[in-house]
Formats: sequence, structure tokens, C-alpha cells
Amino acid sequence: MSETKYLETHEWYIVDGDNVTVGISDYAQGELGDIVFVTLPEVGQEFSKGDAIVEVEATKTVAEAYAPMNCVITEVNSALETEPELINNDPVGEGWMVKAEIKEMDDSGMSYQQYESFIS
Amino acid sequence: MHSGGNASSLPLVGGAPEPTINQLSKPGRRASRFPKLDVPVTEINNSAIRNDKPSLPEVSEHDLVMHYSRLAHRNFAVDVGFYPLGSCTMKYNPRFADYVAGLNTFANSHPATPSAFTQGNLEVLHELEKFLIEITGMDNATFQPPAGASGELTGLLIIKKYLEENNLTNKTDIIVPDSAHGTNPASAKMAGFNVVEVSTDVRGMVNIDDLKELVNENTAGLMLTNPNTGGLFEENIMEISNIIHENGGLVYYDGANLNAIVGVCRPGDMGFDIVHSNLHKTFATPHGGGGPGSGPVAVKAFLKEYLPGPIVEKNENNYEWYMPKLSIGRMHGYHGNFLVALRALVYMKLLGKEGLDTLGSYAVLNARYLSSVISKVIPLAYNEPCMHEFVATVKDLKKSHKIKAYDVGKALLDKGFHSPTIYFPLIIEEALMFEPTETQTVDTLDDLAETLKAIIDELQGEDVSLEEYPKNLPVGRPNELIPAKHLTVNWGDFELLELTE
Repeated sequence: MSETKYLETHEWYIVDGDNVTVGISDYAQGELGDIVFVTLPEVGQEFSKGDAIVEVEATKTVAEAYAPMNCVITEVNSALETEPELINNDPVGEGWMVKAEIKEMDDSGMSYQQYESFIS
Repeated sequence: MHSGGNASSLPLVGGAPEPTINQLSKPGRRASRFPKLDVPVTEINNSAIRNDKPSLPEVSEHDLVMHYSRLAHRNFAVDVGFYPLGSCTMKYNPRFADYVAGLNTFANSHPATPSAFTQGNLEVLHELEKFLIEITGMDNATFQPPAGASGELTGLLIIKKYLEENNLTNKTDIIVPDSAHGTNPASAKMAGFNVVEVSTDVRGMVNIDDLKELVNENTAGLMLTNPNTGGLFEENIMEISNIIHENGGLVYYDGANLNAIVGVCRPGDMGFDIVHSNLHKTFATPHGGGGPGSGPVAVKAFLKEYLPGPIVEKNENNYEWYMPKLSIGRMHGYHGNFLVALRALVYMKLLGKEGLDTLGSYAVLNARYLSSVISKVIPLAYNEPCMHEFVATVKDLKKSHKIKAYDVGKALLDKGFHSPTIYFPLIIEEALMFEPTETQTVDTLDDLAETLKAIIDELQGEDVSLEEYPKNLPVGRPNELIPAKHLTVNWGDFELLELTE
């Protein structure tokens, strides 16, 4: 499994062989505040890099999480449907959003150190 | 506090929390009692009859009146304190407009009355239409839309019908700036268009290069407010409207910020084809509580026959209702919110031409003055002269002291001022948007700026718990999470109370 990478749009992803797991960063959940609802995609849905995969609804705003690369959804974290607060409590762990099969590898995300200086 | 300023409403709205009506309840108390039954009892055979008495609070009439009077006194309103809510034009509304709207002949006239008996009412709408098309630079208007967003939808449905009539149904895209009011893309979607977002440049205006790239044969139109939501006048407005017109699209003016330009310049002269105005904002109706409003739509002559109707037409001797030939239909059961339109006419007549000519200028003067004093406390989002409103940002304070726009808003409530609009426009981080309107004195503006400075100093202090603000109001910060996750629309949900605790 490779290291956790971050996007400028505040998603994180981890590549594991042909698969990628995607969620939003701790910074992103902090900016959004309490998350109350998450709209997850369907398994089998195909996304291109930059497409909105997940809609995240917080008390004040609605945000979208974008695909880090071209991929097909293989699994969604359905626990988020009843416990969206998992994203607030553990954004890079239990708050993961989707797993997907990589169609076109694009590992251009930032390292944690790079992301940290990007957000500060 | 300045003499004449005294803008803080805290003495009126502060104090201890008011108990709920349930907490005031004592078994057996009644606000009124029915006389003893003096007719025979008749049993009703109905399965819906309750077995138990409804669980209603039991209070005396005086307790009931005091309770609701106390709550009413704590309502914050334009008449109580300074309400610098950006984008909302919370101006003072003269009592005289309310007086006229309350006159029996107007207030009690039924909208279904034949026009022969309501010539005065039709004359009011016709007079107001003349004023409004003069102010906006258009040719005809309808008063059907009962609110601003309804006006937007009306405008877009007019565009849609116009395109259909001219066999231009390939035109499906409405361009909306990324700084627009949320109602713009929502209205475009409701009318069946695709929404295409145009970006904002570093100066806070429509990105012309981006616009040129987005416009093509599918462009149905553009929605724009000028000044825009950053409080800046779109300097390239002529070029913008030309770009859209050259591609066969129509240009729609969102009248949310009309207050800035009344008497100075006109949307019709800037190339706009359709304009909605919010009479309740720009012309004298207390608003902010959900209505009633009035969002008349004015158009250039070539769109007149598409207007929702009926509209008023003046014949030789009388006024008549007229249904435009290609009308998109009705936007309201009758004629819109007539009494709001009436207030607007009274307001215009009260100000007269001289007053209307200076309305926009004074609104801009007040905003520029306030922005100059506030910019010494928190930085402005754009280094451009503002129009009737401006956006400041506390993004630096968020980094250095974790102070968010939300905290500043709450602390301002604590000093008896209404919060400015926060987190809008969405493209500006930690935005605070101030709109003083032309109806505030310089003392009130100074009062707000000084209070804001005091708050910012206070919030930066050591051992400050931001969550504690507001401290002086009957109610602190509402829990926004629980209602969002567990929506309850009736009182007395005890499960919810447990959750809250």
C-alpha cells in the first residue's frame, strides 16, 4: 500500500495495487464542521478525474469530493449513511468514502508534508 | 456611544431567557372559560374522538399575553437596531407607506373585484410601472411575482418561451457568476436550463476571458447583478452584455442590488433585456421575515407579450387588465402582492425625483464611509471602491486566533447589532458582508465600527472561549447539528429534548 496522498481540493487517497480508497482530509472536515448527510455513489459507477463522487452536507454548506483519477467504484462506506460523523471523528480512517478500481493511474497528489504547507 | 448614534438594541433585546409556554403551564389555569352547558348532551359516533385530552399548556390569559409580548419585544428588527445585513437592503421603511397601505379602501379591496370598481388600484400599478421602467430603463412590467426569486424564475421562463417562439431551443445554457446569489442557478435549473458557471477575476468582477470561452451557440443568457455580490460595479458590463447578445442570448438583471444605482444609472442602458426588482428591499416594505414581498419583472418592448399577466393597460378613459398574447401564464393567483407595490409607489412619491436621484448615491456614500472605517479593523476582500455594500474578511484572524466570521457575527449580536451577512459570497473566505443602506446616520455607522473594533480586540484576548458568544442575549448559540440530523417539525418531541441534553 502506498502512502496517503492529498489533493488541492482536500481529498485524500491511498493506492493499493489496482485499487484506490478516497476520503476527505482532516482539514476539510474541520472547515465543513458537523457533517449531517453524505450522498455516496453506486458500485459500478465510473468517474473521470475531477468528477464529483460524493456529496457531503454539513450544517452550513454542501461540498463535493472529487475523483483523484479515472476509476470505477467497487465499494462504498455505507456506514456513513447512518453515521456521517465518522468523517468528523476519523476522516482518514473509518471515515473513508469509496474504494474504486483504477482505470488510469494518476498518482500526482501531494504528500502530507506538501499538503500541510498548502493549507497553512 | 455617540449622541444620536445609540444604535445598539441590547437594552431592548437582551436579558434572561424566556421560559417556554409549557414551562409556564400550571394544571387548571385557563385563558378563557366556557359557560356551563345548558343544552342536552349529544353523543357523536365518531371513531376519531380522542380518548385523552390534548397535552396543551395551561396558562392564564395575562400570563399568555405577557409571554408572547415579551417574545415580540425581543424580536430584532430594523425599527429596533442597526441591521447591516449585506445583500438584503434592510433599510428603514417610512411609517407613511404603511399608513397608506393600511387605508381601508386599499387594504380591504378584493383582487377578484371587476376592474370597473378598482380603477384606483389599477392606477396605482400603472403609475408604479411608469416609475419602475423609468428607474430601470425598461419598457413594460408585470407585478405578478410575489418575491425576488419568483421574479428570477419569471425572467427565465420568459427567456425560455422567447427562445421557443424563435426556434432557438438549442440554446440551453444560462451563465451565472460563481459569486451569484444561490437563487440564480436554482431559478435557471427550475426553468429547465443548464447552469454554466463563470469565474470571478482577482479584482472581484466577471472574468471576461472565461466568459468568452464559455459563450457559444447554446448560450441562452446570462444572469447578473450589478453591482455584483462583492459590492463592486461590473465595469465591463457593456462588453459583457455585448458578448451575450452577439451569441443570440438574453441578459438578465438580478435586482437584488438595485439600491446602489437608483437615480445614477439604469440596467436598461447597460444592455439588460429583463430586470427584476425587489420592491420590498429597494422601496419600502419591512422584510426579512419571509414576506410578503414583490418582485416585479420589467422587460424591453420586444419581450412585452411574454410577460405573466394580467398586466394593467391604460386606455383612453380607463385602466384595464390585459393578458399578453404569448404570456408565460400566471406567477400568482391574482395580481401579486398589491399592498407591497402600493408601499413602493408611496415611497417613490415621498422621495420624489430629487430624492430618487440621490437614493443610490447616498447608499454608496454610506457604504464607502463604513468600509473606510471598518477596513481599519478588518481587511476588505477587494481593494476596489465599493458600491452599496462591501465584503470584509477575517481569514487572517482565523489563522492567528481561530476567530471565524461566525464568531464575529455572534459577538456583534451580543452588542445589540444585527450580524452582517456571513460566508457570502461563497468565493470569499470568512466573509462578512456589510450593507448600511442610505437610511443610517454617520453616528450609527461610527457606532458599529467602534463596536466591531472592541469585539475583535476582545475576541483576541487570552482565555476567551469563542463558543460562549453571545453572552448577553436570552438565547446562546443554537445547536445546528441536531435539527439538521433529526428534523422535528412539531413541538414536544421528548426524544429530541433528551438528545439535546
